Amino acid sequence: MSTKPWFSNLKCRECGRLYEKEAIHICEFDFGPLEAAYDYDAIREVFTRELIESRPQTMWRYRELLPIDGEPTVGTQVGFTPLVKADRLAKALGIRELWIKNDSVNYPTLSFKDRVVSVALSRARELGFKVVACASTGNLANSVAANAANAGLKSYVLIPSNLEQGKVLGSLVYGTNVIGIKGPYDQVNRLCSEIAGKYGWGFVNVNLRPYYAEGSKTMGFEIAEQLGWKLPRHTVVCMASGSLLTKLHKAYKEFIDLDIVPKSDFSIHGAQASGCSPISTAFKAGTEMVKPVQNPDTIAKSLAIGTPADGYYAIRSMKETGGSCEDCTDEEIVEGIKLLAETTGIFAETAGGVTVACARKLIASGKIPKDESAVLCITGHGLKTQEAIVGKVGEPRVIGPSLREFEALVADEVGAKS
Amino acid sequence: MPIVRIPTPLRKLTNNLEEVTVSGATLGVVLDELNATYPGLSERIVDENGVIRRFVNIFVNDEDVRFLQEKETPIQEADVVSIVPAIAGG
Repeated sequence: MSTKPWFSNLKCRECGRLYEKEAIHICEFDFGPLEAAYDYDAIREVFTRELIESRPQTMWRYRELLPIDGEPTVGTQVGFTPLVKADRLAKALGIRELWIKNDSVNYPTLSFKDRVVSVALSRARELGFKVVACASTGNLANSVAANAANAGLKSYVLIPSNLEQGKVLGSLVYGTNVIGIKGPYDQVNRLCSEIAGKYGWGFVNVNLRPYYAEGSKTMGFEIAEQLGWKLPRHTVVCMASGSLLTKLHKAYKEFIDLDIVPKSDFSIHGAQASGCSPISTAFKAGTEMVKPVQNPDTIAKSLAIGTPADGYYAIRSMKETGGSCEDCTDEEIVEGIKLLAETTGIFAETAGGVTVACARKLIASGKIPKDESAVLCITGHGLKTQEAIVGKVGEPRVIGPSLREFEALVADEVGAKS
Repeated sequence: MPIVRIPTPLRKLTNNLEEVTVSGATLGVVLDELNATYPGLSERIVDENGVIRRFVNIFVNDEDVRFLQEKETPIQEADVVSIVPAIAGG
């Protein structure tokens, strides 16, 4: 395996201290998160649009900007999901141009988490881990379980015990060890933090977090490439810990700095569910102090993180880019899921409903001007959270196998007659 | 005496001990006592103004002290104090 020079160190986001590229995630001095650092001068010499375009259409076509040393060994087919022009949804929301970045069809587990897990597990192998694990609200568990199964790694996934059935079965089927914890995600997180230090496992969002988090950048790289090598004027993304939003910001900045895209104004907007909106609440109050939510209560369970680790940085990213932040009720989430499905043919999970509902508010309030263009990031598939819409999208009308019954049924419906 | 659980990144300062016992009537006093025994520990946890650092979560018996009384949170003899770094989402 070749040693590439681009990924150089881990670096504290707070104080800038440098660390070796090990399974560590926080600075010993101020607990600031460690982040992957790169030799951008070395990358600049080789990294061009032509090089990227010459590679297979996966997230690994941007590999110089991903924190592993050798070739990726896990999730080599992840990413490059469709960017769909959504004219009917644009009309419904009253905006000139709208795109959907559709990670609900990411490979293999239908959420953007396959991106982060691909990086985390490739790195876990480089670091010699035999057991990998995660704390999860569902999607990450699915992805760790599936990708670990394919890679032949033993896995443990720890989840709140009240998750949607689709997310629980969507982990169990891969033969992983699913452990349900009685309590909200933040308690699962706390437990995992203590376990990670004790058992020497590779916890993708604890001791492998600096590697894991960087995988999210590829969603931003792909959006820019798929728009024809330019940045979207507005990007709307849902927030749980806030990590994805900060990594989209980093991705756009890296592409500008490396001259992959021309410099242009871009704004990144965050979306949360009102039942767990610590970041949105702080943003609206004009503070960077994110007050934890003790008992999250929303159907968007994948976003129900009361103590968002990257909340502070997400707020800074939104402010720095002139973005804004919204939150929405459970009813608005369901409406968002339905509107997206009925106008684009894309079935998003509850988190996607949050993104659509909040985008609608941001456009209506003029925070995203109606004559501009926006990308909505849809991060997970609706089949995983079916409970949220049961009884809210109608029922099939059941008849006998009779032409007469069918004709009676559609008799009054416009356009039904041939 | 109350038990304080030490996170991995701070164990270099506690001779690799995962748990230590420290007396004190409030969390603030416990942190001060901790620092007296293991010099340098508290400056990692609280900033120069004495405020718990942004990326540090402290729990008393599984309850985040930000929902209690922060550094004024009373500590009982049988309590367990956990110092936990913030964790990314999932």
